[in-house]
Amino acid sequence: MANTPDYTYPPMDKRKVIGKSPKRLDGPAKASGRARYSSDLKPPDMLFGAYLVSPHAHARVTSIDTSDAEKMAGVKSVHVAATPGTEINWQGWEVAGVAATTEEIAREATRKIKVEYEVLPHLVNEADLSKAGTRAKQGGERVVGDPDKAFQDADAVSEGQYGIPVVYHCCLEPHGQVIQWKPGADADGKSDQINVWPSTQNVPGYAGTLSQNLKVPATNIKVKMDYIGGGFGSKFTPDAWAIVGANLSKKAGGRPVKLYLERAPELMIAGNRPSAYAKIKLGGKKDGTITAWQTESWGTGGFQPVNPPAQPYTYTNVPNIREVRTTVSVNAGPQRAWRAPGNQQASYLTCCAIEDFAAKIGMDPLEVFKANAQYAARSGAADTYRYQLDKAGELAEWKKLWHPRGQSGSGTVKRGMGIAIGSWNGNGHASQCRTVINPDGSVSVEIGTQDLGTGTRTIITQVAAETLGLQMGQVKLVIGNNDLPPDGGSGGSTTVGGVSTSTRKAATNALMKLFEACAPALGAQSEQLEAVDAHIRVKGSPNKSITWQAACRKLGTTSISEMGAHNGQAIPGLVTGGAAGVQIADLSVDTETGIVKMNRYVAVADCGMVINPRLAESQVYGAVIMGISTALYEERIIDSQTGKTLNPDMEFYKLAGIGDIGNIVVHMDIREENDKRGVIGLGEPPAVPICAAVANAVANALGVRVPRIPMTPAHVLDTLEGRNA
Amino acid sequence: MQSFEYANPTTVQEAVGLLGAKWGQADVLAGGTDLISLMKEHLHTPKRVVNIKNIKELEGIQKTADGLRIGALVTMDELAKNADVKAGYKSLADAAAGIPSPQIRHMGTVGGDLCQRPRCWYYRQGMGLLAMKDGKSLIPEGENKYHSIFGDGPAYFVSASSLGPALIALGAKVKLVSAKGPREVLVAKFFVAPKDEASREIVLQPNEILTEIIVPAATVRSSTYEVRQKEALDWPLASASVVLTMNGNTVTAAKVVLGHVAPTPWESTQAEAALKGKTITAATAEAAGKAAVQGAKPLSQNAYKVTLAKVAVKRALLEAAKAKG
Repeated sequence: MANTPDYTYPPMDKRKVIGKSPKRLDGPAKASGRARYSSDLKPPDMLFGAYLVSPHAHARVTSIDTSDAEKMAGVKSVHVAATPGTEINWQGWEVAGVAATTEEIAREATRKIKVEYEVLPHLVNEADLSKAGTRAKQGGERVVGDPDKAFQDADAVSEGQYGIPVVYHCCLEPHGQVIQWKPGADADGKSDQINVWPSTQNVPGYAGTLSQNLKVPATNIKVKMDYIGGGFGSKFTPDAWAIVGANLSKKAGGRPVKLYLERAPELMIAGNRPSAYAKIKLGGKKDGTITAWQTESWGTGGFQPVNPPAQPYTYTNVPNIREVRTTVSVNAGPQRAWRAPGNQQASYLTCCAIEDFAAKIGMDPLEVFKANAQYAARSGAADTYRYQLDKAGELAEWKKLWHPRGQSGSGTVKRGMGIAIGSWNGNGHASQCRTVINPDGSVSVEIGTQDLGTGTRTIITQVAAETLGLQMGQVKLVIGNNDLPPDGGSGGSTTVGGVSTSTRKAATNALMKLFEACAPALGAQSEQLEAVDAHIRVKGSPNKSITWQAACRKLGTTSISEMGAHNGQAIPGLVTGGAAGVQIADLSVDTETGIVKMNRYVAVADCGMVINPRLAESQVYGAVIMGISTALYEERIIDSQTGKTLNPDMEFYKLAGIGDIGNIVVHMDIREENDKRGVIGLGEPPAVPICAAVANAVANALGVRVPRIPMTPAHVLDTLEGRNA
Repeated sequence: MQSFEYANPTTVQEAVGLLGAKWGQADVLAGGTDLISLMKEHLHTPKRVVNIKNIKELEGIQKTADGLRIGALVTMDELAKNADVKAGYKSLADAAAGIPSPQIRHMGTVGGDLCQRPRCWYYRQGMGLLAMKDGKSLIPEGENKYHSIFGDGPAYFVSASSLGPALIALGAKVKLVSAKGPREVLVAKFFVAPKDEASREIVLQPNEILTEIIVPAATVRSSTYEVRQKEALDWPLASASVVLTMNGNTVTAAKVVLGHVAPTPWESTQAEAALKGKTITAATAEAAGKAAVQGAKPLSQNAYKVTLAKVAVKRALLEAAKAKG
């Protein structure tokens, strides 16, 4: 082809499939139970794996005896992960695995493994920094401008303390995989073959990591996953349980082993969101402009150091800043990315401090957020925030329902309104797509990606159908294994931008080939052709047209197979990053019981060009539900005396039910100026501002700041009754 | 879960013959909403599980001249919807209906509600019923936001029973049957605060089955109010069951029993005294609530539960005063 094809999307009003809201393609399979998650699989000869984990938060393994377990009838293999001498740094640390013919035998066998530990001193909680001792590591001071002078010159200074605890991902499908390691099973008769059916957010990258751990060539590792029951950032790599599972399979002569975590270890070791606590001081002018910001923050991401996120968040260009961040190493399971990692904590700390400043100067916080939109770091974002603040205010009836802090009437139940902002990059990741057009007219689109339940299948099919002038039902999509053209892991809200761009390019490239094949029959040059409504026709002469089927027959016996690649860089009009969002919580607090009930939650989100508004809205609904649950209920509880996690379950690790959520109002900020930026990911940005909006609404209702999330009766009543230390 | 023998008796006589003389030998299975999870966590490892769901004589609610006889296998849902219960014993219907899980309401039985083990997270995580370490309970210095605000230890868990407070306030009894025959025990005496790790929180013996609840006939006004944070699948943080005997608008006798605040349901004689001879108003209800928590001894993290208990009493009283049943 002489010229580079034009990959730009048609204008908004000319699109036939993109911008429409077909229902998700895998909805019926999931709703009916036909969809097979990896944890549902049972390949022939499969063994059940069980996991023995450490009951101690900090200990050294002194001896381990697996002989009784090995002798049990039905036990096929035992693998020790923590050999004598291993230092264990958190409860739930993997000690050994067993594979057996039934799940019951496997579990019983793990109880027969005798492990002796030398128990070592632990630190498991970080909320009280004064108890952290040498486990706390202070980072250097970051200074911008002249904060001392700015505080002196300020019209008003507000101060506050805020805390947001460690929470879990709580994926409904726990972490794990079915894995089969067959020694010498490759076609060469020498090298090993591995088949793995994981629950992962990263089908294309899984084999590479597993290969490094097991010393089996990546080319001999076949990875397949059709459906995943939740990841939220916690399922990117083959974990310790994949290594243990693989070894159990190898030792059992290559029989597949299913090893999934039980709920307690799932919560203790398969990832969590780091905590963040801060003392924040703000100075500013009476008109609401912030001029000085000071933060001392601390938090933990587990044993390895993880700094709390930088302040201020999103409005990063405040001219005078002093910040000190401290990380606390605790003997508890490691953090993992949690649906916009760092951002909920950052938004919570920043937006609560801004709300407290607004209360201090007696100004409407929505106006204070507008007055400081100038500090938004991303170019063009200031206008977006001003627009979205007004839009959210309108949808939440802010002018009618907001009242100055504490002026919420004399009744027992107080209503409050709170506002917060979020931001996220969401640039598309590198992705490759193959589009095949066959002489019989059938079309397949192949990408080595995965659908986390976000609608990836549906939007790829929409982009291909739009590009080829077909109905969605005429496009067959293949995803979910590592033989396909490589895509990236689904994290950072990068999938939609990556797969839409590679699909757009591959489908366009394939279509150009089809145009070349049928141009002579239409008496035109291929550049003059277009694909519309399952016809190939000459632009401007709709009568010069042949059907899609007739066009494909011109291919003779040779199919078209064309690739499209996206390299991860933004392309104006196709794909970019940088999403904004404004959210408002409207809630009521029973001041006698401290119970918070959601009335309405407004979420305004922009994400550039929206391929499927229904699925985009679904992402926002899901994020808001997840966020309200963390704002009101969720908190990891570990006993400082014993180091033991007390709520590794779904009973006292409380999750919201749908009756707790209230009414959610989603407004997708679909405007031409956003659309022309291109596709931007949406999985994470709407999950960001919720704890902040809820906490601000509680402060507005009560007239006093409840310093700690979640907004439980304990935290609310402790504040109202003056028990906060 | 440890392997066990499974027995399926069809009569009480047969069932009690299958029980053991000591705890740990056999467990009784009714709805299974608690026992199954206890067994999965190896907190209970019975050698035999005695399923009583096929025993017909344990089913049904009968209204007699003396009151109500409620079979141990009656589900919480049946109890909440029964016309006689709703008409005469509102506090009991409230308590059953308040269980915020359709699954537990439909599977869980009234016998199981009274015999379930505490939800204390130290106990459930395998640290023992009293969570003792080096001769001292972990709870007063530990994570105690859901624990007791009454009593002197060493038990700091809270009774998990939803029906217990209502039944005590109504003066109910339970019938306990062993191979030697039946005995009747006031529900108020059924719950006990264990003093050592080997004891249980109810007086039921390992060789006995709770077969029936007997609620005396009475003309009273009653109500149960639970404070629960979530709409569904959540345990109450505190609850109160009140029963008022009225002469016109005047309280001649009151029963006030708190739930989820002590190792047993907690009857407040102070609140009862504060109500006698009074009419129920916002002020008298508030005063009774205050009286109910006079002796409270909150732990390091649960002073808020004192407020919740006080509010539960107040709200239950105001509701009962409106109620007919």
